[in-house]
Amino acid sequence: MIAMAQYTQNKEDLTQQKAKKFNLWLGMIGMFMMFAALSSGFIVYTAGGADRGIKTLLPQAFIYSTILIVLSSVTMQLAYVAAKRTLFTRQRILLVITILLGLGFFAMQVHAWGILSDRGVVFVNSNASQSFIYVFTGMHLAHIAAGILVLVRALVGRMRNVSQVNNVFRMDLAALFWHFLGILWIYIYVFLLLNQ
Amino acid sequence: MSSIASVGTHSVDHHGEHGHHHESFWTKYVFSQDHKMIAKQFLITGIVMAVFAMILSILFRMQLAWPDKEFPILEVFLGKWAEGGRINPEFFLALVTIHGTIMVFFVLTAGLSGTFANLLIPYQLGARDMASPFMNMLSYWFFFGACVVMISSFFIESGPASAGWTVYPPLSAVPKAISGSGLGMTLWLISMVMFIVSQVLGGTNYISTVLNMRTKGMDLWKMPLTIWALFLTAIVGLLSFPVLVSAVVLLIFDRSMGTSFYLSELVVQGQILPNEGGSPILFQHLFWFLGHPEVYIVLMPALGLTSEVISTNSRKPIFGYHAMVYSLIGITVLSFIVWGHHMFVTGMNPFLGGVFMITTLIIAVPSAVKSFNYLATLWRGNIRFTPAMLFAIGMVSFFISGGLTGLYLGNSALDINLHDTYFVVAHFHLVMGSASIFGMLCGVYHWYPKMFGRMMNEKLGYLHFWLTFVGAYFVFFPMHFMGIDGVPRRYYAFTEFPFMEKWISVNVFITWSAIIAGLGQIAFIWNFFASMRYGKVATQNPWGANTLEWTTPVKHIHGNWPGEIPTVYRWPYDYSKPGHHEDFIPQTVPFSETMSSNLPHDFEGNVEAERIQREWERANAATQPESEKE
Repeated sequence: MIAMAQYTQNKEDLTQQKAKKFNLWLGMIGMFMMFAALSSGFIVYTAGGADRGIKTLLPQAFIYSTILIVLSSVTMQLAYVAAKRTLFTRQRILLVITILLGLGFFAMQVHAWGILSDRGVVFVNSNASQSFIYVFTGMHLAHIAAGILVLVRALVGRMRNVSQVNNVFRMDLAALFWHFLGILWIYIYVFLLLNQ
Repeated sequence: MSSIASVGTHSVDHHGEHGHHHESFWTKYVFSQDHKMIAKQFLITGIVMAVFAMILSILFRMQLAWPDKEFPILEVFLGKWAEGGRINPEFFLALVTIHGTIMVFFVLTAGLSGTFANLLIPYQLGARDMASPFMNMLSYWFFFGACVVMISSFFIESGPASAGWTVYPPLSAVPKAISGSGLGMTLWLISMVMFIVSQVLGGTNYISTVLNMRTKGMDLWKMPLTIWALFLTAIVGLLSFPVLVSAVVLLIFDRSMGTSFYLSELVVQGQILPNEGGSPILFQHLFWFLGHPEVYIVLMPALGLTSEVISTNSRKPIFGYHAMVYSLIGITVLSFIVWGHHMFVTGMNPFLGGVFMITTLIIAVPSAVKSFNYLATLWRGNIRFTPAMLFAIGMVSFFISGGLTGLYLGNSALDINLHDTYFVVAHFHLVMGSASIFGMLCGVYHWYPKMFGRMMNEKLGYLHFWLTFVGAYFVFFPMHFMGIDGVPRRYYAFTEFPFMEKWISVNVFITWSAIIAGLGQIAFIWNFFASMRYGKVATQNPWGANTLEWTTPVKHIHGNWPGEIPTVYRWPYDYSKPGHHEDFIPQTVPFSETMSSNLPHDFEGNVEAERIQREWERANAATQPESEKE
């Protein structure tokens, strides 16, 4: 009988977890809409005159940062697999590597801003198409910062030895979100490349 | 059997534990994660904001009716904003701006969806709480913060934002443009960002709860229309509010960092601004991509609540349940492709204007379907005129009379004449303002016993209804004629323009109506707060309704149901079903207990069930005495 009660309880917990993961999907839809709005804003603005447009080549640094974030997605996935197989040391190491790669991505983006502004492509600009580069990358970086916090939370959970169910659940959400951020960056990069 | 019973007791213990262990004053009433408490928080905050915004409207109505008269009392309260007892022009603009912002966003979006989505989604679907109670709590507190920031802008030197609730640049983007463009505008933007965070947190939760946490048997086509409406509203919000974030972020960059997204070649107070090449129309596109869906975010919950109340109080199934759902879905989809009708006169390509005109006029189809279904539900119903029912019928009235003028405004050629006149003001105050607030009040009267365990006073309810209903028509109906005559909205003094002077007498009439209708709200406020303490104690199911929330105990418990969550067997609109001894059959009653009233289509093609039913009918036809046969 107790087993039966336990079962009911677990089932309710499971629904709860499923719903939380679904929340994340919805959140990602919301975030995507935000960038979709910026993209259409960019298109409408740029179409408004011949003197508008990015009118510069995007710096090489964006290619490096793309490589970093793709690598970090791979390590994140490996960390998630390690967590599912209860290989906790490996999970920890891979998570730390992912976080470092994330920080590297952050630094690389800031570096790219430096290169752009050295060329005179600054944020405060009478050609707002160029300002848009900063808005896209800046808003994305704000999300990366949130993503890194999520990764740190998963790592802290591992260190504090939370239950395996919770550990895997946190890793599941963190991995999903982190992959989303990677894909979002690739979308932004391709969008900007097509318009440069 | 024993195992089932023990599951029941276990769950009781489990949820009882939750109830007693962690609940202090702070976690129960302030940082509550319980959906019922959060709903009440949203409702009461919404009511406070509504009263505040209503007082603002009375203030500017006084200016419009008596532009040359002095009211020394105003100076006592408003100080330099009403020097010599007359509202000054800057403050007038601030009043209309904040009135609009608070009513649209804080009352009719957060106050309406926030209250009823939180209250009804878990209750009517049979869930213990929201998918993420913590996010739900955050949602309320972000909303509360947004309210505080918005109101605080009345207490700063330069006054609140004054660029209209749509905050078009350049007025909103150049801090020196008018006094309200300074700090007041900054506070407006901060408040809105907090508000959007609140909406997105709340909205994701609503959608996720509806899709994941329905009880056994509650498939999508057994959900009450309230849930359908709140669910689709949340989807619209999730897709459109993030777009406003983008618009606002760019606006903030223009304001404080000197970028040129929206600004271009401006001269303000003799100084040439450095911004070049921006496009103010870009803001309008981004804003209305949210702004138009927003009006459906405001309206759809009202449609959902009234569907439920009208069906319950007509003691009839809702007419055309599927049609109601499909028209809500239709409105949801169409709401995203009509935003251009706010921009017909921005120099838009006439062909594009034609496209937006067609999509706009198509919205009349689902709206008309809904109106027809409301009327058909009422038709020959056994109507109970409870206050909630009156407000629901009032909502239908406003929805029709306000919706009709939408056909004129949606026409890109007619809009050249009508846009930005009082015709627009009349249109949206009826179809979106009055209809939605009536939907909200209908919901409050109907679900008050569920929220507070007591009944509201009916007599005060009737008084409140008639004062508000007649008042709203008296206020907004004459505005149509002003608009047709070309009187522009947001103008400070009608005495400045000879052709508008003749309308002052109408303005006096409108203002008196507004004041009386405003005083009528005291009946509601008193009723609302006093009934919490002195109202008649409610029974478990005071309206004889079918939905799940009325199967919960009157006294709130954490987790909503003691023991197992009930299972659902039928749709929520089995009212006055022929052959049944009562005029309602709750969703939790299985068909095996209502053999005398089951109809073939109830079984959805389940052959076995149909066979059992036929056998029962044969057996009973033989034994039943002649007098009991139908």
